[in-house]
Amino acid sequence: MATAQERFLSDEIVDEIKSYIPRYPSLQAVTLPALHIVNRHLRYVPMQAVIEIAEILELAPAQVQDTLTFYGFFKQDKPHGQVRAWVCRSMSCAIRGGEAVLDHMCHQAGIHPGETTADGKLTVEYAECLGACDFAPCMLAGDDLHKNLDKNKADIFLDDLGIKAKKS
Amino acid sequence: MAEFEPVLLANINRPNSFTRKEYEATGGYQSWKKVLSMDRNDVIDIVKSSNLRGRGGAGFPTGLKWTFLPKDHPGPIYFCLNADESEPGTFNNRILMEQDPHQVLEGLMISSYATRTSTAYIYLRYEYPGCNKRLQDAIDECYAAGYLGDNIQGSGYSLNIYIHQGAAAYICGEETGLIESIEGKRAWPRIKPPFPAIEGVFRKPTVVNNVETVACVKHILDRGADWFKSMGVPADPNNPRDAGSYGPKLYCLSGHVEKPGCYEAPLGLTARQLIEDFGGGCWKGRSVKAVIPGGISMGLLGPDELDCPLDFAGPGKYGCLGLGTAAAVVIDDQTSIVDFLHNSARFFAHESCGQCTPCREGTSWALKMLNRIKAGRGRLKDLDLLAEIGDTIGIIPGTTICGLSDGAAWPIKNAIKKFRGEFEHYIKRTNPDGYMVTDPVPVFETTAH
Repeated sequence: MATAQERFLSDEIVDEIKSYIPRYPSLQAVTLPALHIVNRHLRYVPMQAVIEIAEILELAPAQVQDTLTFYGFFKQDKPHGQVRAWVCRSMSCAIRGGEAVLDHMCHQAGIHPGETTADGKLTVEYAECLGACDFAPCMLAGDDLHKNLDKNKADIFLDDLGIKAKKS
Repeated sequence: MAEFEPVLLANINRPNSFTRKEYEATGGYQSWKKVLSMDRNDVIDIVKSSNLRGRGGAGFPTGLKWTFLPKDHPGPIYFCLNADESEPGTFNNRILMEQDPHQVLEGLMISSYATRTSTAYIYLRYEYPGCNKRLQDAIDECYAAGYLGDNIQGSGYSLNIYIHQGAAAYICGEETGLIESIEGKRAWPRIKPPFPAIEGVFRKPTVVNNVETVACVKHILDRGADWFKSMGVPADPNNPRDAGSYGPKLYCLSGHVEKPGCYEAPLGLTARQLIEDFGGGCWKGRSVKAVIPGGISMGLLGPDELDCPLDFAGPGKYGCLGLGTAAAVVIDDQTSIVDFLHNSARFFAHESCGQCTPCREGTSWALKMLNRIKAGRGRLKDLDLLAEIGDTIGIIPGTTICGLSDGAAWPIKNAIKKFRGEFEHYIKRTNPDGYMVTDPVPVFETTAH
């Protein structure tokens, strides 16, 4: 095990990962919780983190990487924005204007889905069904569900983040 | 039929409905205390005799599933609660877990006791942070009250419940994909047999049940199997394979209706009753063009098929795949069926896990063809090609491991069969010079997300 000075993951993160070990009969089962913990702290899971997770869980880094890449959820090249907003584009939201809201938000923020604004404040993602079809169209930003979205509400959301909406 | 009183949703509008105090004030955890002194086989017998069928989509009899566990297994046996609700249109589990998490937990505890489980994992999808918090708080309250942990209430029975968070993948709702995901691997569904009851998570016997299913278990133990069987649609006596559709069901209603929401009713409600009596009818005074009966995997009901009963056998009689999650999505007469099918194909192309070639390639081909049709370069021949994809992917034609691609195939098959005229008209209108071409055409690449 590398010493604390050499390690990329902080003691706090490592301890949190280790606290999940008693929950499962196998170390590999902690992979997904570990990826979530790292992602929550760092907003991405770089390769060095994968290597250190593998070390804690006594796996090959490839095993952790294999799981990570299966879920499109984890970013590896650079952190996502301070707020990650998932705009639903599945059926119930799409037929009530969800795709128009997604396009509008991306246009106003000057990014494509999956990208982060230059100031690092916001990442906009498309989501496949957020399970809030009774409030369609909807968006999950951080832990907050934004219900019955329209372009106006999207503009207010961007304003609150300090992202200047373009005049269209 | 007597006036129906909601059971599963009875408490969701009470203030602080998510706290143990409020839950116990309405009789919560009485069954849990009672069950701890009962014989396990008696609990299973009650659930079996209620004819409860799984609420997650497949409708497999729950009691029967439990009896597949090996007798006298030294253990451990695991319980996985499937809370990876990702079928588009479905949100009933979210409401249960967010507004009444103790109801779900009590059902899970009773089910775990009956199946001799010592550890239960709640596989919760990432998109439900609100449920995560409420469930974790509820679990903590149960440990504090001595309802969970070692030697519960002096019965000698020990149970631990953990939440395992998913990471935004639809395939994790498939029971063996879910098991692989808990094990920390990519969520590739397993070839069955062996079924999870014999060899599931960590190679031990495992039960996988849906959130609404275990909530029903709680009420069956509260009120008895006869109460449960007093509601719903009896089995068809001429069909020995029909197990009947009993009990209350949470219907999700969304799309183009005045009042989208989650409504509880006995199984057997028709699509028309759901839309008109509960949903306030199609929005903006428009008329219904199509209804998805139970999440988009199940296909489509046309405007003349709204009297289809939404029970386990009903939608199948109208060419749909089944009841699914009983999540109806209403589509009004101003929505293009081409857009509907494009959205559905894009979803399945995105969510195919990539393990079986027919699904991985078939869903992508369907999406590419629909992209081309939407770009005004469609051909009439494409409809036959789409139908061919629909007929050849899935476990029903026998080409894939899991049912994801049956879900991808059914919207294609239903849309083209029931709305072929609209597709043909669309293609002729948008591609007047090329709609009759039958030679291979170059792949149409789109930059759209």
